[in-house]
Amino acid sequence: MTMVYLDHAATTPMLPEALDAYVAAAREIGNPSSLHAAGRGARRLVEESRERIAAVLGARPSEVVFTSGGTESDNLATKGIHYARRDADPRRNRVVASAVEHHAVLDSVDWLGAHESADISWLPVDATGRVDPASLADLLAEHGDTISVISVQWANNEVGTVQPIAELATLATRAGIPFHTDAVQAVGQIPVDFAASGAAALTVTGHKLGGPVGVGALLLGRDVPTTPLLHGGGQERDVRSGTLDTPGVVAFAVAVEAAIKTQLENAARVSALRDGLVARVCAAVPDAIVNGDPAHRLPGNAHFSFPGCEGDALLLLLDAQGIACSTGSACSAGVAQPSHVLLAMGADDDRARSSLRFTLGHTSTSADVDALLAALPGAVERARRATAWKSPRS
Amino acid sequence: MSGGVDSAVAAARAREAGHDVTGVHLALSRNPQTFRTGARGCCTLEDSRDARRAADVIGIPFYVWDMAEQFHESVVDDFVAEYAAGRTPNPCLRCNEKIKFSAVLDRAIALGFDAVVTGHHARLGADGLLRRSVDLAKDQSYVLAVLTRAQLDRAMFPLGDSTKEQVRAEAAARGLAVADKPDSHDICFIADGDTRGFLADRLGESPGDIVDGRTGAVLGQHSGAYAYTIGQRKGLDLRVPAPDGRPRYVLSITPKTNTVTVGPREDLAVDTVTATRPIWHGADTPAECDVQLRAHGEVVQAVVALTDGELTAHLRSPARGVAAGQAIVAYRPDPAGDIVLGSATITAGAASFPEAATSPGAASPSGVSPSGASASAVGSLPAAGSSADAATSSAGAATSSAGTATSSAGAAVASAPGVAGPVR
Ligand SMILES: Cc1ncc(COP(=O)(O)O)c(C=O)c1O
Repeated sequence: MTMVYLDHAATTPMLPEALDAYVAAAREIGNPSSLHAAGRGARRLVEESRERIAAVLGARPSEVVFTSGGTESDNLATKGIHYARRDADPRRNRVVASAVEHHAVLDSVDWLGAHESADISWLPVDATGRVDPASLADLLAEHGDTISVISVQWANNEVGTVQPIAELATLATRAGIPFHTDAVQAVGQIPVDFAASGAAALTVTGHKLGGPVGVGALLLGRDVPTTPLLHGGGQERDVRSGTLDTPGVVAFAVAVEAAIKTQLENAARVSALRDGLVARVCAAVPDAIVNGDPAHRLPGNAHFSFPGCEGDALLLLLDAQGIACSTGSACSAGVAQPSHVLLAMGADDDRARSSLRFTLGHTSTSADVDALLAALPGAVERARRATAWKSPRS
Repeated sequence: MSGGVDSAVAAARAREAGHDVTGVHLALSRNPQTFRTGARGCCTLEDSRDARRAADVIGIPFYVWDMAEQFHESVVDDFVAEYAAGRTPNPCLRCNEKIKFSAVLDRAIALGFDAVVTGHHARLGADGLLRRSVDLAKDQSYVLAVLTRAQLDRAMFPLGDSTKEQVRAEAAARGLAVADKPDSHDICFIADGDTRGFLADRLGESPGDIVDGRTGAVLGQHSGAYAYTIGQRKGLDLRVPAPDGRPRYVLSITPKTNTVTVGPREDLAVDTVTATRPIWHGADTPAECDVQLRAHGEVVQAVVALTDGELTAHLRSPARGVAAGQAIVAYRPDPAGDIVLGSATITAGAASFPEAATSPGAASPSGVSPSGASASAVGSLPAAGSSADAATSSAGAATSSAGTATSSAGAAVASAPGVAGPVR
């Protein structure tokens, strides 16, 4: 059974050049912190990678802090900046984030509320999942002098909605508050420029753009106060400790560079495929609802609610036919919970549970879309029948 | 797949038999614990991970199905309500009836599967007859006898021909890490095994009298009749010792007056059992058969008759510890494994064997009768079965949980990529 992979937002295959670079670097020896020749060799690879990433993302090399990926970068940005700013001024005890953040931000912020007595403001989103800059402006007018950090993702991992980052960052900067954005889903998909965005911190990870899993970066402005979360050798600007993963960093840089260089043509190709997919799904399943913002949207994302179906059941049925997709929502105890993103967009529990995400990427072809369309109508019909099990029988 | 050894081996065998098998773990708890404490329970995240790992090793897809709501309604709430009504429920039986072979089966069929495979120790062969496992100590036909013909037609029990020991050895040979995982013995939703505390939390304290079944004298107090089960001896905490110094047993529970009636062991004996909601696969009744009156309980010969939706069993020798709410399961002895003829839910037991009595007063209701306080003596009956049978200290039946693996039959369908059913 050939696999039809429609889950690129979960992780996308490594680019061949990134894999080659990884293997080549992994053959070399040397800790980049060591002073001898082997160490210097590794250091050179790491610093070249830092410069390449900085160059394509509109950052200075010194602003690139390597981490173990998106989750760590999000934790460091939210908790680290909050701690530093609050410790400098105890009145700054409020954290602001959008209601549709990835759990890496969402749960970090929740944790600050529960364990550090931080006040929290969640920025609401509209029915397409967008934050209205006016709501941030209102919040700043009310609480501006007590906010430590603001975090709004660049693009949403479930429904693909792209946020008005420049506007939000400008508002935050004007109020003198560091603005963090989780750009994990955006980099390589749409243009991302750290300096131009006005953000103080930006999260990027390797495995969503053709690099390896387990390596990423936080782009962090040099004057942004940040308390480290991982203590040790202080390898990365004293804000992040741990021996650098030289082959990971090298492959990550190769992937970031390649993804950004091909971003425009890739986005055009993938969004054309995606538009075809959406149109055909809507024709095949007329009552399907397309979620997310039709205009401000990631090129590879197609997100639907299929009324009367459980997303879980659809996933099982498609998986059995070799089609990989996602309900997009997090599992708790292995059991799908209704997505906080869809609930924040005003969907009810049933609509949230009936949703399914297809995400296309650099390896996607029209044959993948054909295969999905061959399987989906039957799966929807079956899944609808299966919802009947919910009604208790006497 | 519960995360235990039985369902893992059952899934592996079903797959090896050529079926297209998908592993399903049922999330039954609203707030699952991360780790098992001791050997108890079967609904922790650790169990779910064990099940997933077993599915990986077997090479089948694996999903968690959230059945917490249905389980709570059909099994847990029912369990509490039954105790509140003075009966002794068997939650495993209820789970098979309402969850594994109803909610799960219905969903599976709708999704295009053909059957539900479980790791129960029972035989269900080509003849369609449900039989005891070859491993009589592990036999679970008692908790499966509630299944209807239609449910059995969609069930597969691949372990019935093996002993538990063989199943463990096979799991080890297959590289399944759950091979030496301890059996779960207790009620899976009462993780600490404290049934009395579980019921007290839900039903509250409700003090009442413990009375002597022969004299009607008040012997002590209880803080909730639900904490008692017919045949129970331990934990009665009576202030007044029996005149003859012999132990006393719970004879009946009367929710209406909130009384627990106790008496000597011989007063527990019944020889007529009536039961409701029968499932009957056998031929015409009255039928000569063996009956079993609780999980892992003794087996006695009986004549069973079905009339007007009620089942009546006349026991050839008296039985003790017959509790309303438990199942009576009828078996036809067979060299190839005793065959389940049918089952029903016990409503009452009665003693009607004056000829056996040595003391006056007989033919009186006993055990589960609503007016148990008036039960009079029936002395010196020949003991049936072993002597330990009625001395259970904890309420409820022994439970063991079998996980579920859902299978869609037919390697033929499986080899036709791109066509036919949704699950290949
Ligand atoms: C928006 C977003 N943020 C953060 C993460 C976490 O990144 P990582 O898997 O590198 O920890 C993900 C990926 O799951 C994501 O989609």
